[in-house]
Order: sequence, then structure tokens, then C-alpha cells
Amino acid sequence: MDGYFGSYVVVAVLLAIGVGVFAGGLLANRMLRPHRPTVEKLTTYECGVDPVGEGWAQSQVRYYVFTYLYVVFAVDAVFLFPWATVFAAPGFGTTTLVEMFVFLAFIAIGILYAYRKRVLTWT
Amino acid sequence: MNFASPAFWPPTTQEIVFLLLGVIAVGSAVLVVTTRQLVHAALWLVVSFGALAGGYLVLTAEFVAWVQILIYVGAIVVLLLFGIMLTRAPIGRSADLDSGNQIAALVVGVATAGVLVSVLVAGFRHAYMPLTPGAGAAKPLGSSIFRTWVLPFEALSVLLLAALIGAIVLSRTDIRGR
Repeated sequence: MDGYFGSYVVVAVLLAIGVGVFAGGLLANRMLRPHRPTVEKLTTYECGVDPVGEGWAQSQVRYYVFTYLYVVFAVDAVFLFPWATVFAAPGFGTTTLVEMFVFLAFIAIGILYAYRKRVLTWT
Repeated sequence: MNFASPAFWPPTTQEIVFLLLGVIAVGSAVLVVTTRQLVHAALWLVVSFGALAGGYLVLTAEFVAWVQILIYVGAIVVLLLFGIMLTRAPIGRSADLDSGNQIAALVVGVATAGVLVSVLVAGFRHAYMPLTPGAGAAKPLGSSIFRTWVLPFEALSVLLLAALIGAIVLSRTDIRGR
């Protein structure tokens, strides 16, 4: 169970155990409990008040910018990992450090733009 | 890369797992385009991307696999779900999801897949890569990015900046062009 594939087999087994515990718990619950649903029991619990309308609702377009910012910064952060493993290695040094900060500076212009256009403020 | 053909029978464990992951990826991709619930389409996309990440892992492209999880499963699917929640309400089961161009889309999809597969087979039929663990980790990738591919890497930051500003301009109605 060592080496590259062995270690990922361990990850897969752990994942399977996790799913098994979760599914087993739910299954045991279903087999042990009585099952007599009524309309009242199946209503969504909403602080004791009868729910109004539907669960599917439209959300504000402003949240889209936040998810978009998240995507951009996830892509941005992904490049920090390979950079972090090599920038201190011999043969890289200051140039690699500067290259990453040039990259981050471009993204920072985007944040500055978002800030100046008041996208990040909460009204 | 070597050109000695390995024996295909008996298949190794990696080959079997890779094939199974491929079946999961293709099957869930088909469910993405055939499901009646838009939200379920986005969730099936998670399965498809996850199987793809598993395929990368089997091919020892470790870093790419986790980037696939982080970016596609984590960020792109969230973006898609938000896109669905913002544009379509109510978003339950909808009957009008089938386009009138179904047949044309199917033909185009099958033709594109045919071109890609035949190009790959024609170009790389006799090329085999040994699966050496560690070649796809963060460190070799980092050294190749920051030694050889620095300029594309910096160009990528400009692309991200353009995409970011574009998204802000599109989602804000009060920013007008001159």
C-alpha cells in the first residue's frame, strides 16, 4: 500500500468507507423507523410557519460577480502551488519571484477595477 | 515516449480503472444533455468532471487532477448553478429543454468526436508513455512553467483580467459604454 497507486487506493478505500458509513446509517434508520407519512409531516419545516411559495427561487444577479471573482481567483491560486515548490530552488530565484508578482499585479488591477466600480460594496 | 507496443492482454489494473472512469465520464456527460432538470444537469457535470479527474490520476497527472477538482468541480459548477439560478425561475422540471436542432447537434457532436478520435489514433497509435509516478506532480510542472512557459503564464493573467472586467461590465447595468 505504498507508492503512487497504493496511496491513491488508500484514498479510494477511505472514500468508500465514508460513503458506506453514511449510507449504512441512513439505511439502518430507514429499516428501523416506522413510515407513516401525512401531508402535514411532509411539509417543509419553516420555523413552525406554513411555507409560502416554492423552493426554487431566482437570486440577485450581483451574486454572479462574486462567484466569478471566485473562479478567477481559484485559477489564480492554482498557479501558486507549482510556483511555491520551485521558486526557492536553485536556478529560479528572484526572476521567478518577480514573474509571479507580475502575474498577481495583473489580477490586482481587476480587483482595483471591481473596487472602483463599487462591485464589492454591500448596499 | 517509446514505440514498443506493450501487450494489451491481460489488461493491467490501471487500464481497467481508466476504462471504467471513461465509461462513467461519458455516461454522466450524456445524462447532462438529456436530463429534464437544469440543476441536475449541473450536478451530473460534477460526476463527469470527477471521473475525468480520476482518469488524470490514473495517468499520474496528479496536479492536473486536483486542479480539475478545484477549478471545474469547485468553481465552474458553482458558476453554472448560479447562472441557472439567476436566469431561470422557477427552475423545476421543464419540458421545453429539447431544442429543435437535436438531430443537427447530434450529427455535429458525433462528427467532432470522430475527428478528434481519428486524429489521436492516427498521430499517437504507436506512441506509448510509461506511467511514472511523480512526473505530473506540482514540482516538475512548476519548473517547466517557470523555466520554459513564462510568457504564456503572464499572458494568462491578462486573459483573466479581461474576463474579470468583462464579467463586471456585463453584470452591472449602470456601467455604460461611451
